[in-house]
Order: sequence, then C-alpha cells, then structure tokens
Amino acid sequence: MMPLSNLRDEYDTVVVGAGPAGMAAALSALRTGVETVLMVDREVEPGGILNQCIHNGFGLHHFGEELTGPEYAQRFLTDLLDHHIDIATDCYVLDVTPDRLVTLMSPAVGVRQVLAGAVVLAMGARERTRGAIRIPGQRPSGVMTAGLAQKFVNQMGLLPGKRAVILGSGDIGLIMARRMTLEGVEVPGVFEIMPHANGLTRNIVQCLHDFDIPLHLSTTVVEIHGRDRVEKVTVAPVDDQLRPDLSRAHTVKCDTLLASIGLIPENELSQKLGLRLDPTTAGPVVTSTMETSRDGVFAAGNVVHIHDLVDFVSQEALLAGENAARYVTGRRPPADNIKLSSGANVASVVPHTISSDREHTVYLRVRKPMEKSWLRLGDVYEKRLRYVVPAEMVSLKVRPRFLEHFHGDSLTIDIVPRDEPGREEP
Amino acid sequence: MIGCAIARELTRYRLDVVLVESEVEVGFGTSKSNSGIIHGGHHTEPGTLKGELAWAGNQRWVRLAQELGFGFRRNGDLTVAFDEADVEVLEKIAQQGRDRDIPGVEIWGPDKIRLEEPNLNQDIIAAVDGPTAGVVNPYEACFALVECAVANGLGLRVGAPVTAIEAGGDGLLVHAGGEPIETQFVINAAGVHAEKVARMVGLLEPTIRGRKGEEYLLDKRLASIVQRTIFPCPTPTSKGILVIPTFDGTIMVGPTAQAVEDLEDVATTAVGAATTFDLARRLVPGISERDCIAEFAGVRAVAGNNDFVVGPTSVPGFFNAAGIQSPGLTAAPAIAEMLVHMLGEAGLDLLPRPEFKRTMPRPVHAASISVGELTEMAERDRRFARVVCRCELVTEAEIHDAIDRGARTLDGLKFRTRAGMGRCQGGFCTSRCMQLLAAESGAAMSDITKRGDGSWLVLDRNQLGTAEVPT
Repeated sequence: MMPLSNLRDEYDTVVVGAGPAGMAAALSALRTGVETVLMVDREVEPGGILNQCIHNGFGLHHFGEELTGPEYAQRFLTDLLDHHIDIATDCYVLDVTPDRLVTLMSPAVGVRQVLAGAVVLAMGARERTRGAIRIPGQRPSGVMTAGLAQKFVNQMGLLPGKRAVILGSGDIGLIMARRMTLEGVEVPGVFEIMPHANGLTRNIVQCLHDFDIPLHLSTTVVEIHGRDRVEKVTVAPVDDQLRPDLSRAHTVKCDTLLASIGLIPENELSQKLGLRLDPTTAGPVVTSTMETSRDGVFAAGNVVHIHDLVDFVSQEALLAGENAARYVTGRRPPADNIKLSSGANVASVVPHTISSDREHTVYLRVRKPMEKSWLRLGDVYEKRLRYVVPAEMVSLKVRPRFLEHFHGDSLTIDIVPRDEPGREEP
Repeated sequence: MIGCAIARELTRYRLDVVLVESEVEVGFGTSKSNSGIIHGGHHTEPGTLKGELAWAGNQRWVRLAQELGFGFRRNGDLTVAFDEADVEVLEKIAQQGRDRDIPGVEIWGPDKIRLEEPNLNQDIIAAVDGPTAGVVNPYEACFALVECAVANGLGLRVGAPVTAIEAGGDGLLVHAGGEPIETQFVINAAGVHAEKVARMVGLLEPTIRGRKGEEYLLDKRLASIVQRTIFPCPTPTSKGILVIPTFDGTIMVGPTAQAVEDLEDVATTAVGAATTFDLARRLVPGISERDCIAEFAGVRAVAGNNDFVVGPTSVPGFFNAAGIQSPGLTAAPAIAEMLVHMLGEAGLDLLPRPEFKRTMPRPVHAASISVGELTEMAERDRRFARVVCRCELVTEAEIHDAIDRGARTLDGLKFRTRAGMGRCQGGFCTSRCMQLLAAESGAAMSDITKRGDGSWLVLDRNQLGTAEVPT
C-alpha cells in the first residue's frame, strides 16, 4: 500500500484495525451509505493476521469456497478500494476520546487528530505468553508464541529452530506443527494441559494426524532448560485439578518451544475509552448492533471475543459497520430490550443484549465438552446440540417468533445434558 | 552495576581505565534482575558496611539520575506490621532511621495507612514510612554509567570473560580475550564470579555463595494498586517478599531467597511462584497470578561474612568490590567512591580531569512525553511517528537511538527502550526489532541474538541441514 498522506479532519467512520474485522466493518459502513471512512492499521499492509495465514480453510461460510488467508483479505480489500476508502497503514492509534476524537501517528502524517462520526474498534487479539502461565525454568532464547513463529516462517522465510515442542493445542499451534514439519523442522509433540484439544477438530486431523504428530492431552510443560538457547523441556501429566505429577515427568529434547495457549482481546484503547468490559470474554460489552457502552463506538471481531473462524468475524463486523453507518446517518434501530446472560455450561454470550423485534445471531462458548445436550434460551426456546466443545463457538439464531409471548427483560442461556427431560419446541 | 559505577567514578581522573565484562552487554549479570529498589537507608543494621553505605548511596541517586538521564523516583516505602511482635521490630527500624538522621522516617497507625495505601491488607496495624526510598531501572543505570564513562575515555571490552590474572612483579596482567591488559590495579567486581576471579591471584577470600531471587512482573493494569514499595516485617534472615511499583509503572513481586549451588541458576520455580504470590497477597490482597506478564531470577553474591567486601587484598594492586548483595544497588555510588578513595590511598594518582563530562542526554521515551511533545518530535524526525512496540509505545527513533548507544542484542534493545517488555512480551515487535538490529549492523537475521553467543533467535532455511546450530 502507498502510504496515505492526506487525511481529512473529519470522517463519518473511523475503523481501528485493518484485519478481517476492520475490513468487513469498513466495507459494510460504506455500503450502508456513509461517505467517508478511514481504516487505520499498524502494519504496512492491510489484512491483519490473515497475511501470515498462508494455509487454506478460510471463507467456506462467507464466500462458499476455500481460500488462503491472504486471498480472503484481498477479496475485502478489492471491494474496499472500489468504494474509495482511505486506508492509513504503518499507522498507530494512540487514543480515542469518548467524543470520538482519534489521535493517530504514522511516518506519513506525523501525529494527527481526526474527528469520527462513529468509531469501530477492530484491534483483534494478542497471544498469551509464557509469562502469563508462569512456566518455571530458565529464560533461554527459543521460547516464542506460535504466531510469532508463523510470521518468521511464512512472511520472513526464517525458521524458529530445528526441533520444536508445541505447548497448547490452539489452532495457531496446530497449523504451525504442520507448517514446520513441511519446512523440515521436527515436531516431537503437542502438549495440552486440558483433557480435550483446544483447536478445531479439522485442524487436529489435518495438521497432526495426517503428519503423525502426537497430541498429548492432560500433559504440560513444567520446566524449560537451557542457558542461552532452549535445550530441552520437562513435561508431566496433570491430574483433574491440572496439577502436574512430577513423579511421571520426562524430558523432551528440543531447541524451540512454541506457546499456543490462547488469545487475549487487545482492549487497551477500549480501557482508555472507559468501555464496560466483560470479564469472561475480556472484550467490551456490546449490544445487538455491536455498539459498546459508549455512544457511537462499535466493536467487532476478536477484540470483542475470540472467534475460531474468520468467517464469523466478518459476519459480526459487517453488522458493526452497518450500524456505525446507521448511527452516523440517524437511522439507528430501536434499542435492545432483553439482556442475555450465561447459565449452565456457558462461559460467554455475545452480544450481551438483544431486541425482540428482529433476528439475531448469538455466539456462545461452552465451559466443558458435552455430548447430546439441550441449548435453552430461558423458557422460550430450546434446541438439540449433538456435541459441544470449548474450542468451537456455538451459534444460535434468535428469531422474533421465539419472543412473541415473552415479556421479561432478561434471558439466561443454558446448555444441559439431554438425559434431562426436554420440553417441546415452541 | 558495581563495575559500571566504579568505572564511571574512575573516569573523573586522568587514568587509563578498562572495563572487562564477560557478558555481551553491561548489566547483563545479576544487575538486570535486580528489583530496582533504592533503599531508604533505615532497614540496614548498624555496624555493617552494608548499613553504612546504604544511606550514603541513597543520597547520591538523585544527582546521578539527573546527570545521566535515567529514571529515578522517590516513591517511598512502607514496612508493615501485622501484630505486636512486628511492631517491636518496626520501632527498631524507625530508630535506625533516626540514628542516621534520615528525614521523615516515622511510624504510622492504621488510619494513616488506609488513607495513603488503601489497597493494603486491612489487618495491618502499623507501618514504618520511609520517604527516602526510591526506584530505578537498574539496567538503565548500568547503561547510562558506562555510556558516560565511555564518553570520558573508558575502554570497554564486552563478551570478554577474564581467564587468568598474572600477579607479581610491578603490576598485574589480565587475560580477557584479545591482548592481555597490563595494569597497576585490578578491581574485582565480578559479582557471583568474584571468588573465581580472586582465586586467579591465589586469594582464598572472599568466598561467594549464591542466593537466588525470583521476581514476578505484573500487568500495568495494577499500576496504582500501591504507590510505595511495601515490605513485610523483616525476619532475622530475610527482608521477605515485597510489592514494588517499578519505575515504569508495572508492579513487581518478589524476590525469593534460596541458596543455590550453581551460581548461574536463574531458573524460576513453581514453588517460588506460589510462595511469592501467597506472601505478596498477604500484603496486597488484590494481587493475582492472572496479572503476571513475565518472571525472572537473579543470583545474589553473598560473601562469607554476609557483608560487602570492599578494599585491598594481600595481593598488591588487587582490590575487591565483592559480596555486594542487597542493598548493593543502593550503595553502588558510595561503594564506587569508597573504592576510588582507597585506590588513591594505595598510591594511584587521582588527578581530576577538568574535561570530565558528567552529564549524558536523557533518551527520549515516547511513552513518557505528552502528545504535544511527541507531535513536535515527529515533525523533526518521522521515525518518532512509527510505533515498533505497541504495548510500551516505543518508536523506531528510540530503537535507532538505543542501537547508536550500543545495543547489540534483542535484550540490549529491550532493556534500553522497553520494546518487548510489555504485556505481549515481544509477540509483535520481536521480528521488527531484529530487522532494525540486522539492518544497522549489516548482519543476517540469523546472526541476531537474544543476549549474546548461543542465544540465536532464528535460522536461515539453509541452516537446517547443518549439524550444528550457530553459536
């Protein structure tokens, strides 16, 4: 991208982040009828983390075909450029005030302020690190997040090491297990502390099983060894309280340890803005229009809650962009009237409120795997689920007809075993 | 730290001084893992060199920080009591402060404590307020001292472990990579390796034991949880686990104190983490493991007499500055002055250099200036408008400046600029920092290290088939 050096002083909508969420939100805002949109990103190229995801598997839901990450990003980018969007890359948003004054900085524009009619936050997520889970041991070089290794390999043509142990079965770690194997880096195993995998089933099959890479469940890294560079790690099985059994520990030789232990929404700007955050998602509390607790500030994608498929990020961001544009042009839909909350075996629910007059897609994450369950929306609706796992988001279409006879102001969503007697669907 | 302080002190005079360091950058031994506390001076017992030099050192830090442009803040400390037995100890500490004429040392009751530090455990019944205590970034102090010394003619030889010292005859001959160094005086400030260095000239003293301390760094989210460094009531053997608001606004908890055989054992442990958080939570209940962003450990050098060992030895020209455990950082400027004075007494001609350059420019940190100032900086140099480290707001201009000032490794950059020190721990900026280091030195990415030989970060694809990885 050529750097953008002429910024307007005011934009109808400013989108923070040009990853999948930012691009979909910007596109949707333009399609809904705002004139001027600025999309800002820290990297030199728009596309966000998609640019380093050179594997396929993106777009099955959204485009009905299988694309690589850069291809998926390019489709949105091409559309955006047709709509005459301003894109400021190599550009960092320093601050957003509650009255939507955005301070940004880049070598092309210096430090500048622009006023936004609406703001869409789409900053994505960062990876949890070794420090966050306090793996004991020495502090050699060679301990890194799976995403950083992915950047080294896919974007810079470098290798993280010769023999890499992977801690955690998050999707990036699984993808990297395959990627490194193809590059000739040995992957002696993936170690997951939980009794179930944390990545998508298709990634377990296509990235581990197909390459004979062992996945050790209920096992974790308990010590890192090596003064200058990683020399080995000690791994041990854990009990049902996740406590390691050191009497059954053994060491695995390696020069690299990749951590794929989860993502954390990047909400530093949201905190500066004083947005209400949901401790279970670590993202902002949002309405059914993806508006946050600040008027005219919307959010979408991994900054709100961690998704497992980019297609769902795009869906959510299209909604956020559309509503940002509606906000600016004075066409806001009626306010929400029902609060949603998490019940049995539900870790999080997004959005946090809905309106009974239109259809919504509600995203849930379960706490633990469950076979054959009921998903219950208060007393108004239930549906059968075959198999739910924490790694795969559950989506629920809430239709106005479910709520025709409901007059309350809050609904709890539960996922309960199906051996409990079910009720008839309304 | 001790070597850096002495080196800078010596460059005030017309002398030929060489600083020899085994690590690839200065401050990379125990100093970089130091808690960064400048002790108030009231904690140390009388009758020890530690006690004498802590308060003397404390008073020199304000000026040192001003001259050398590193951060120092007098945030004060509180030593807290949970019961009457603790209060007795606190009274003794307060008396030590009064005996040394340390200003402002006083005992607070519960109401004052709640008012000043509302997040402390509500069961705390009394506390000694030590307003003279402060915090610095120990590695920044090391870099600044040596950069100043180099500007005043210090010869700096890094990555050069001392392998032998020949004594006898007129002077001493130090072997530390490259040409042997002929010298009149050797100052042994080798930290945990001071015993090994002393043995090279046949000395049996000092003996150095290692005492490891683990530290846990918490997210800036907790920044305002305490203003002052919080000490538990000390026991005869330990200062205990502290809660430290670092100069940069993170909270640090630690250090543990564990005897170690291996003087380079800087591994953190599950037991250390559990103990640290349990004890820290007793002081400040709002502290949680969940906010941990990084952990590290350092090994304190403890001499046989459990005190500092500063001064001449039976080998002519060979001086020790050894066994500098806590409060060694605090005392460092005073130790340096004391040692240089001793060298003078031993016949070193201390002729002041009128051209001694005492000040160094303060490095600019985008994170600690106003938006207005940053805007102006960016107008002059657009590299100030490009953010490299997003968590700590470090710009490309700062990275270049750090490289100009001598950063050669990823850790060297990190400790000078904070790039990679924040909550994502380098997840986003590591590759960019490596690229900037590589571009500046003309090296390949695979030549860039975390902290010197052996700590390579990435391989080129063509290195995969080779039997050995780079060292």
